[in-house]
Amino acid sequence: MLGLMPVQLRPFGATAALAEVGDPATALALATWARASGVAALEVVPAAETVLFDGVTDLPALAAALRSWSPSDARPDGDLVEVPVTYDGPDLASVAQAWGTDVAGVVRRHTSVEYVASFCGFAPGFAYLAGLPAELAVPRLDSPRPRVPAGSVGLAGPWCGVYPSASPGGWRLLGRTDAPLWDPDRERPALLAPGTRVRFVRA
Amino acid sequence: MSLHVLAAGPLTLVQDRGRPGLAHLGVPRAGALDAPAAALANRLVGNDADAAVLEVVLGGLELYAEAACWVAATGAPAPLEIDGSARGHGRAERLAAGATLRLGRPPTGVRTYLAVAGGIAVDPVLGSRSTDTLAWVGPPPVRPGVRLPLGRPHAVPRPLDTPPAYRPGPLRVTPGPRADWFASDALDLLCGSTYVVEADSNRVGLRLDGPAVTRIRSGELPSEGMVLGAVQVPPSGRPVVFLADHPPTGGYPVLAVVHPEDLWRCAQLRPGERVRFSPAPPPDPAAAAAARR
Repeated sequence: MLGLMPVQLRPFGATAALAEVGDPATALALATWARASGVAALEVVPAAETVLFDGVTDLPALAAALRSWSPSDARPDGDLVEVPVTYDGPDLASVAQAWGTDVAGVVRRHTSVEYVASFCGFAPGFAYLAGLPAELAVPRLDSPRPRVPAGSVGLAGPWCGVYPSASPGGWRLLGRTDAPLWDPDRERPALLAPGTRVRFVRA
Repeated sequence: MSLHVLAAGPLTLVQDRGRPGLAHLGVPRAGALDAPAAALANRLVGNDADAAVLEVVLGGLELYAEAACWVAATGAPAPLEIDGSARGHGRAERLAAGATLRLGRPPTGVRTYLAVAGGIAVDPVLGSRSTDTLAWVGPPPVRPGVRLPLGRPHAVPRPLDTPPAYRPGPLRVTPGPRADWFASDALDLLCGSTYVVEADSNRVGLRLDGPAVTRIRSGELPSEGMVLGAVQVPPSGRPVVFLADHPPTGGYPVLAVVHPEDLWRCAQLRPGERVRFSPAPPPDPAAAAAARR
């Protein structure tokens, strides 16, 4: 451990360190702050409870820079993106049962939350969207589907996510969107980059 | 000016130095797996360090040149033939207009790098011409029938360059960030055992069979960022060394990290070959950063 609270810095090879902060909102806040303040790292990668700083030539300087950060700086203020969804997913009924409501109730709750893209992983442009209340967490499918179509909107644990491309997947699918989630030719290739605020609306 | 691909062997990819800086969007860095070999090939034909080369797995590549150009093959010593006559490995060779180049199966190693003066000039994706094989970001794999465009050569070949000295012995490792997920002797076990390269090793990771490393914490590690060379230990206890196309985040604990200067050897280890690890002091960060370039 190189740092003091609130950030525990774990060395990760010669040119990287993992900052442990304990939850996705704080990880996003730290990553956003680090990018904005020009921390010298090739990669700043927020995740569920950590931020990876990779490609760092001066790890003690990184540790010193992180000491000037405090979690009270945490305010997601990224762009707000509206994602239109056709709610016809195969798992609507099972989610409705888990939430103790009907399909209309699932759509109402899903569209009433403002989500924040906490971090990307799994595939380019696949964002883990935080915002659902903890009591609405649903388990992954027992066995993943061999192919989930691109644009599928799903839930797993406390997260909501949208598949940017077709892939195998175990998330519970509520519907689908035509929103262009990933386009490497765009200046911002990922529609839902970390920090982006997201609202789902009925298509 | 372009090269016509007549045959592409088991797997031929365009690679440059990769696209670092996009891990937060879920994009692997990709790039030549044996980076020093790719860099040497580029220097031999007078290219910039950023020029794209061909990464050829176990030979089988055949190219037809419509115009004359300089080429150099490095890495795994695949026999190089131009119009049927043997040419040298690790040196600039002239490919005449209308000539055919062939790379045979290398007796050792896995990946041969073929640089062409001017560089392979396929369209870059997100700033790089590298093909990432995890998410397939970048140009498609090289297939028979395609034409590979070439850039304009702007320097003369440098035929007298030499590869870095081979450093035999174990892969050096430093402790990883999750050593506390393992028994206290886990790193000693890793470094005291012999592992065997598994057949499903690829650009994502070097998969190893051998004594299982024991975890003392069960359950899932919340997904966290991963680095090149991370030695991840899935529940099977069999370590995986993450290489250039590794997922940017992962949920298995990392016991150790391979020294940056030893990573290229992971690109050239064949299934069935033996691997050992040895503990090393943390490398100098500036030197390590230079080794990544």
